[in-house]
Amino acid sequence: MSSLVTALRCVVMRDLTLAMRRRADVLATLFFFVIVVSLFPLGVGPDMATLRIIGPGIVWVAALLASMLALERMFAVDYSDGTLEQMLLTPQPLVVLVLGKTLAHWLVSGLPLVLIAPLLGLQYGIPAQGLWILVLSLLLGTPVLSLIGAIGAALTLGVRGGGVLVSLLVLPLTIPVLIFGAGAVDASLSGLGAQAHLSLLGAFLLGALILAPWAIGAALRISME
Amino acid sequence: MPLYIGGTKINWFKYSSPQAFYPLAGKMIPWFTIAALLFTVPGLYFSFFVAPPDYQQGEAYRIMFIHVPAAWMSMFIYVVMAAYAGMGLVFNSRLSSMMASALAPTGAMFTFLALWTGALWGKPMWGAWWVWDARLTSELILLFLYIGFISLQAAIDEPRRAARASAILALVGVVNIPIIYFSVKWWNTLHQGASITVSKAPTMAASMLTALLLMTFAFWMYTIVVALLRVRCEILERERHTEWVAQAMTGEAR
Repeated sequence: MSSLVTALRCVVMRDLTLAMRRRADVLATLFFFVIVVSLFPLGVGPDMATLRIIGPGIVWVAALLASMLALERMFAVDYSDGTLEQMLLTPQPLVVLVLGKTLAHWLVSGLPLVLIAPLLGLQYGIPAQGLWILVLSLLLGTPVLSLIGAIGAALTLGVRGGGVLVSLLVLPLTIPVLIFGAGAVDASLSGLGAQAHLSLLGAFLLGALILAPWAIGAALRISME
Repeated sequence: MPLYIGGTKINWFKYSSPQAFYPLAGKMIPWFTIAALLFTVPGLYFSFFVAPPDYQQGEAYRIMFIHVPAAWMSMFIYVVMAAYAGMGLVFNSRLSSMMASALAPTGAMFTFLALWTGALWGKPMWGAWWVWDARLTSELILLFLYIGFISLQAAIDEPRRAARASAILALVGVVNIPIIYFSVKWWNTLHQGASITVSKAPTMAASMLTALLLMTFAFWMYTIVVALLRVRCEILERERHTEWVAQAMTGEAR
């Protein structure tokens, strides 16, 4: 058991160190998120009443797109320099290593989005109560995006046009997360309470945590053959 | 595992080899074509002439006889396709993966057909080409899933890897489909309160039901014919370097 935890920590720390050496990549995802969210008022018009209604949805869609952007890097570098092959050969179960990589990826590309989301929500005039729910829903939802996205990233490893293909494969599968993520904020603002939505997001997270690592592992093995 | 019935050994896996299946598929195609025709002709006759006009929707409802079977087939084919893909992944049988990739375009076609005829039906009935109804939206997502499956297969050059990678995608899709369906359903009711439901059809006249069932079987038989034709091409393409394909080709040319 403790060896598994050690392996997990090793993978996470390694990926975090690597990410910190290439800070520009991390910041690029974050700025992409901020820019996409800021584009909508320019397209839709500055009317605050409209923006308040569409705000949660836009923040969520932008988070979805930003997490797609970061997916390509998830396994690509390890694949090209052979690290991935070594990982597949280690005695530790692949599921644990894959979980570590996904966790590190979320910490680098998902968590910053969660932290900056309230600021963007303020620009859309979402009240404080809604902002809390927005953060909470993103906190539960973005790890699911990373987990499902990792399946797509692993399947398209080394495939030409992989970046666009990943979005094509993964986006339809993330629709439930989007629905309940954005829906949570709407529900809390309309006085219904967001508990049902957040519970479902939590259920998605648990389900994805259990099932996705197997699929990611199987996809990696297929890609490395 | 050999099984003996009446002294003959039955090899259950004989037709799981592409070489054995190729001629069998060739023999099955004419029969299923006949079956498809036998269902289509009376099916269309019932749809257009026998089934009475709807008391609310008049004649326009008749597109249902294409729309509903297409929608049913689009979902059914995805499950069958995923089952074949899963078999290919687990038992490593090449023919199963070939069947999966042979079914995908037909499934996508039926999904598109269902959406298209739905739009044509929606315009006179609801006054809109498209509403974000739960069924329409989940059918659209199903089309995206088919497109993802087909494009992943097209993007990978190595056929074995393409088959296995798309199998994983199909299985992930199958796990996701109920979740997507219910999410969209709840999303719809939360947002606008189900405005139009296609599902609550009044009790159907017997001739309408007959037409519907005939058309469904027609579509089913058509799917089998097209899938077999496509799988035969696929077999030839993937096995083109083998002895038996060379022999079969010269034999057919003669």
